[in-house]
Amino acid sequence: MLNVGKIEEGFVLDHIEAGKSLDIYHHLKLGKLDCTVAIIKNARSNKMGKKDILKVECDINTLNLDILAFIDHNITVNVIKDGKIVDKKELVLPKEIHNVIKCRNPRCITSIEQELPHIFVLADEEKEIYRCKYCEEKAGNSSNW
Amino acid sequence: MRHLMNPLDFSVEELDKLFDLANNIEANPAKYAHACEGKKLATCFYEPSTRTRLSFEAAMLNLGGQVLGFSDAASSSASKGESVSDTIRIISCYADICAMRHPKEGAPMVAAERSGIPVINAGDGGHQHPTQTLTDLLTIRSLKGRLGGFTVGLCGDLKFGRTVHSLINALIRYDDIHFIFISPPELKVPDYITDMLTERGIIYREVIRLEDCMPDLDLLYMTRVQRERFFNEEDYVRLKDFYILDKAKLSDAKSDMLILHPLPRVNEISIEVDDDPRAVYFKQAQYGVYVRMALILTLLGIDV
Repeated sequence: MLNVGKIEEGFVLDHIEAGKSLDIYHHLKLGKLDCTVAIIKNARSNKMGKKDILKVECDINTLNLDILAFIDHNITVNVIKDGKIVDKKELVLPKEIHNVIKCRNPRCITSIEQELPHIFVLADEEKEIYRCKYCEEKAGNSSNW
Repeated sequence: MRHLMNPLDFSVEELDKLFDLANNIEANPAKYAHACEGKKLATCFYEPSTRTRLSFEAAMLNLGGQVLGFSDAASSSASKGESVSDTIRIISCYADICAMRHPKEGAPMVAAERSGIPVINAGDGGHQHPTQTLTDLLTIRSLKGRLGGFTVGLCGDLKFGRTVHSLINALIRYDDIHFIFISPPELKVPDYITDMLTERGIIYREVIRLEDCMPDLDLLYMTRVQRERFFNEEDYVRLKDFYILDKAKLSDAKSDMLILHPLPRVNEISIEVDDDPRAVYFKQAQYGVYVRMALILTLLGIDV
């Protein structure tokens, strides 16, 4: 069993679907932060069989919960201060996401218009469907991002 | 400031007001002949569309306004690489309202976000063409006196036809609408539409041939079945005649059924049908001008 030490201040993202931690690392732009990041893949989980975990030691205000909720709102977000869990954040699907994913529709204006943000709007909360604000193309699954 | 991007941008109540205004314009054209004096409509057409552009221009001229614009991307600054955002900022300095057609989906919305004047989506690729849908609704409402309580047949290319999809979405806001989709299996209405109808409890039926449903229809909306949509020539040859409306097929239709078509027609409605009182597709083009006149007045906030 691999041991990863405690963090003093930051957050632990638990119950990440196995294999998705690198997507989240990428979308949260953790590579650009000058801080300690532990990526734990395929950890044993009673609830999920196996899961990924991300531990990030940084200022807790730097986390973009909207992006996280869009990727997977079942992730548990534990906020750590002084080595202890001080808060558990509930993830709510954001109404809009900006520049997280790109519209893949070649007929969309985003494919040619300079510096136009890629905005996706929550079109169906129940089915968790996002659509491009401009052409209404459905957002694909994460493998297409 | 309001724009029109999607036929559903207006509530049913707002559409009623718009259509009342259009009918008033139809009845009293002289009353509106100077309503837009001193105002200019810019028609920014990044791809050619003669009928839609001329319909917008006729609408503004009928209101006493003036028009300026371009009719294809080659004659606009887009050919020099100018963005839609920049173009609309400039157009906002020249005109009071803009009708924009663009091959890229969502381009008029980008324009609306940056614009200082109201923008009307005059067709954005395969996405939306709201003034066509408003034209269809006004035609039905004017000739039938209502927009609910119909069995609507939609015939032809139901898979790719954006006018069909928009019309379905617009009609389901009214009570007691039933649909019959008449198309070859290759060009069936997409699943997301039939799923949505099922979810809302709206009754629909899918048939292959016009003859399978003609006596049931109150409205028949014809569209073109294009050869290039078929996988092979044999299927096209086998099926194409099912979707050509002629006098013989009309013999089973109700006497007060309306035949609509977004035009241009190629051969899907035989010319012999044109004189039938049920054929209203040319009247539809006239209603297209009235509804665009009403839209220009509404978006400019001009009361007459």
